Amino acid sequence: MEAVLNLIIEKYNYWIYITLMMIGLYAMIAKNNLVKKIVGMNIFQTAVILFYVSTGVKKGATIPIIEHGHDVAHQAVRAADYINPLPHVLMLTAIVVSVATLGVALAIAIKVYHRYQTLEEDEILEQIREL
Amino acid sequence: MEPLSSLKPLIAVLVSLGVVPILISSRNANVREAWTFGAAGLKFLIILSMLPTVLEGRELVCTLVEVLPGVALRLRVDALGMLFALVASSLWIITSAYSIGYMRGLDEHSQTRYFCFFALALSATIGAAFSANLFTLYLFYEMLSFATYPLVTHHQDAEARRSGRKYLLYIVGTSIGLVLPAMVISYHLSGTLEFSGQGFLPRSASPILLGVLLFMFLFGFAKAAIIPLHAWLPAAMVAPTPVSALLHAVAVVKVGVFSILRILTGVFGLDLLASLHLGTAVAYVAAFTIIVASLIALTQKEMKRLLAFSTIGQLSYIVLGAALLSPKGLMGGMVHIAMHAFGKITLFFCAGAIFVATGKKYINEMVGIGKRMPVTMTAFFIGALSIIGIPPGGGFLSKWYLVLGALQADQFPLLLVILVSSLLNAAYFIPIVYRAFFVGSRETNFPDTVSEAPIFCVAPLALTALISLALFFYPQPFLDLAQLAVQALLGGTGK
Amino acid sequence: MSEHYPALLVILPLLASFFISAAGWLRPVCCFPLALAALGSSLLVSLGLLGDVISGGPVSYWMGGWPPPWGIYYRVDYLNALVLAVVCAVGFVNLIAARPSVEKDFPEKAGPFYTLYVLFVTGLLGMVATGDAFNLYVLLEIAAITGYALIALGKGRAALSSLHYVFLGTIGACFYLLGVGYLYIITGSLNMEDIARLLPPLYESKVVTVAFAILMVGVWLKMGFFPLHAWLPNAYTYAPSPVSSLVAPLMTKVMVYVMIRMVLTVFTVDFAFLVLRLNEVVVWLAVIAIVMGSLLALAEKDVKRMLTFIVVAEVGYMVGGFWLGNQAGFTGAVLHILNDALMTLCLFLAVGNIVHVNGDSRWESLPGLFRTMPWTMGALVVGALSIIGVPPTCGFFSKWYLLLGAIQGGHYGFLVALLFSSLVSVVLFFRIFEIGFFEPFGASHGSAHGEGGPAIQEAPLGMLVPLWMTALGLILVGLYTGEIVGRVIRHAVPGMML
Repeated sequence: MEAVLNLIIEKYNYWIYITLMMIGLYAMIAKNNLVKKIVGMNIFQTAVILFYVSTGVKKGATIPIIEHGHDVAHQAVRAADYINPLPHVLMLTAIVVSVATLGVALAIAIKVYHRYQTLEEDEILEQIREL
Repeated sequence: MEPLSSLKPLIAVLVSLGVVPILISSRNANVREAWTFGAAGLKFLIILSMLPTVLEGRELVCTLVEVLPGVALRLRVDALGMLFALVASSLWIITSAYSIGYMRGLDEHSQTRYFCFFALALSATIGAAFSANLFTLYLFYEMLSFATYPLVTHHQDAEARRSGRKYLLYIVGTSIGLVLPAMVISYHLSGTLEFSGQGFLPRSASPILLGVLLFMFLFGFAKAAIIPLHAWLPAAMVAPTPVSALLHAVAVVKVGVFSILRILTGVFGLDLLASLHLGTAVAYVAAFTIIVASLIALTQKEMKRLLAFSTIGQLSYIVLGAALLSPKGLMGGMVHIAMHAFGKITLFFCAGAIFVATGKKYINEMVGIGKRMPVTMTAFFIGALSIIGIPPGGGFLSKWYLVLGALQADQFPLLLVILVSSLLNAAYFIPIVYRAFFVGSRETNFPDTVSEAPIFCVAPLALTALISLALFFYPQPFLDLAQLAVQALLGGTGK
Repeated sequence: MSEHYPALLVILPLLASFFISAAGWLRPVCCFPLALAALGSSLLVSLGLLGDVISGGPVSYWMGGWPPPWGIYYRVDYLNALVLAVVCAVGFVNLIAARPSVEKDFPEKAGPFYTLYVLFVTGLLGMVATGDAFNLYVLLEIAAITGYALIALGKGRAALSSLHYVFLGTIGACFYLLGVGYLYIITGSLNMEDIARLLPPLYESKVVTVAFAILMVGVWLKMGFFPLHAWLPNAYTYAPSPVSSLVAPLMTKVMVYVMIRMVLTVFTVDFAFLVLRLNEVVVWLAVIAIVMGSLLALAEKDVKRMLTFIVVAEVGYMVGGFWLGNQAGFTGAVLHILNDALMTLCLFLAVGNIVHVNGDSRWESLPGLFRTMPWTMGALVVGALSIIGVPPTCGFFSKWYLLLGAIQGGHYGFLVALLFSSLVSVVLFFRIFEIGFFEPFGASHGSAHGEGGPAIQEAPLGMLVPLWMTALGLILVGLYTGEIVGRVIRHAVPGMML
């Protein structure tokens, strides 16, 4: 039991991202409303973003900006003092992508609504079947 | 001798392909048919111009592109291919004339399409005859399958659709399902697909695999109509008669047996077949087909179906001849390609002429027709003689060689098969002729008003009948070519 | 100039799409010429690049002059030079054919359509050219998002189908991103070649295995590899025809390329085939994909929908061929990327013409088509023969290599599946031809000499010319298979498979 707990606590960032991901996946599969599905999709994407961001973290490290000064600039940079900026930078792009996806998805959802006058998937499918 | 590099084979193949756009664009029926004749004549002349070179024992080669490592799209004119190409291209001219008589006589629809696909089919046939390797052969074989589909289903009715399905199912189904994998396996075994006198499959391959391969090829080339893959041929008889005549007595079915000849001689090689006793196995399959097809033909009531079953039987003679693996047998088989072609096309032409003149399709309706259509029925008689193998029909020669071949190979049961089958052939042909001529005027089914079919129908069939006769007396070009082909296979010991 | 080809290839259409977008507001007439110019120049650049690669070997490009592994790195070798040319050619030819149906179906959306179109091609080109795993993700999403929007342009169920595609496509892309994340954790690099250099000591690590599994699932989802194909048929069926004929030939093929690239360059062949030993399993999955794709296609009574299931089966061809893990199989898979792109383009263009004239592609719209639309149907026949695998069309040759690979690898299940699918294709297409040829019954009789009958009602020349260019391309590519394999694909085969 303790081993399991330790595993969870030590790697809690992974557990959080997996939980988030499953919540998103659940919403995408089980929810009937298209907007809820879209929200689920967004949670899913955010989970991956969170995963990336958490991998850059180091305990006791600071933001990776080297102070410009007459004496500090000459010193060697100790990587352990700074968190890894790269995953964060990557996630800036990924966030843009996820916003774009969200936008397109919502736009399409509006188009769906215009056609079927509803966003409940079962009602839409019923209408399709009747055609 | 060194093979001669030449563009002639390619031109011979492409002539009829090149005429297709002209056919499509020409609005006038006379212009269209003039072009068909022109192409047919040109093709024949080109092929004829290569004959002297081939008779000298040289080969013409035309390599286009190398498509796979060690496999090129290549045309090669050797004696066997020449023999087949001569038959097919000369008969195209005659069939074109006959087509005009038949199609106009019946006022058929879509004649432009008909002539286009006919030209395409001929390109494919000549291509198959001149193929230098298995890949090129397969290419033209498939091209022929698809080019003949619109011809077989020309009437565009429910029956044509059913027959077309059967046709495709058998022909394309077997070529993709059996020939294609067999071809890939052969390539995997030997790294080449080029036909050679001794075969290209390695001797070291396992005998079981080789046996399986042989039967995949044998049944895969379903155009040869070996039982049990024969059912498409009677079904395809819904086509207009010129199609049945040229394609289903000459081009399509002969491409099938020709492919099998190539497989036996060029892929496996006679020595390999002999050492594994595979020749005998093939021979018995062919013998079975000969007898069964002849028996079924006896029961047929419709003229064209009877001819179809007769064709199935006769085709297997050719396979049988090759499978005997003896020089005389091989020669008999090869010569039979020509002899059967001229004989059988005459018979089909006659069936078509009767249909054009009287609208009759069934044999029992043809009582007394000889009095009304004497030329047609005389030609029918000559064609029948040739198929049965009675002198002075040309078919006698090929059967003679087949009998000699069976003796050479010490295969007495097969000798018996050849003789019995000839009797059966006589049994289904002679009554037709007899009842056409020798009935009292009371029994005849035809009023006096019935006369011969249009001249465009009668002249071709008279011509092919005469050629059938002439081939008995002057078989030289075909006999020489067959002899050359056999010599090439046996390394000069053919005589 | 020519040293900037890899960058130009992506940047040209990217910039052009901004101008097209602007032109959509100001002068909508200019959209099409701009798009044509952009993709035309991309095509020329990609051909130049292919020529460079053939004559001088692989080409590398450092974006902004930053050396790898820090900067974004584009690398064009034998494998992707070919795929780049295919993407450009398909995009260009299809663009010409798209114009009449855009003008007919949604003239008011011409600006957005051409913008999205060019951006979509940009995304694909970038995915193929890049040597950076994360960059690939971004470009993947560019292609995907524009693809969603393009598909949603269609009528009827298009929007809903597109939305489903958004969901599954996003899951696929996220899985890919997650896989790359794990690779980054363990190697600290995003450059493909750098990762490959750092990975060998870590082969036994579970993280690498997990990364590989997640990444593959993501890629398979995006390519519609059975049973992850659920989004594909609806999305491709209900999309407007110029979109179907763009997305269907390219998206799946480029994803197959991504799979090959990932295995080849990132995880390396040794890892995928020797450490994981997944090949047997994946080939069997491909067998299932081929068989099920073919069978599902049999159930359809709409030509376009039937084609989408053929696409599913063809994905199985490529995946299976690659995972056979021998030279012939690999050659077949790469060759099939080229051939299948052209074949599906040809078929979808032909169906596009039918839809353009008849407004529908269901079987009810087919009777008499051989008479009314002979040119379109002729091209459809060529495309169908290629799918069936009849020489000299190119479909035969990739099938040949795949069959050879199956025999060399001793994988007879794959062999049988290929032959089965060919035979099913015969049935599939001849059912269509039968309806077009025979029905309506009796129409051809009575009109002697066949010169009468219903008049010809063909698609506009602007659609017929690209269609026939593609159809003739199928035959030409088939005849020059020897050259393509000998000069390009053979050099792309990884050493282990030789």
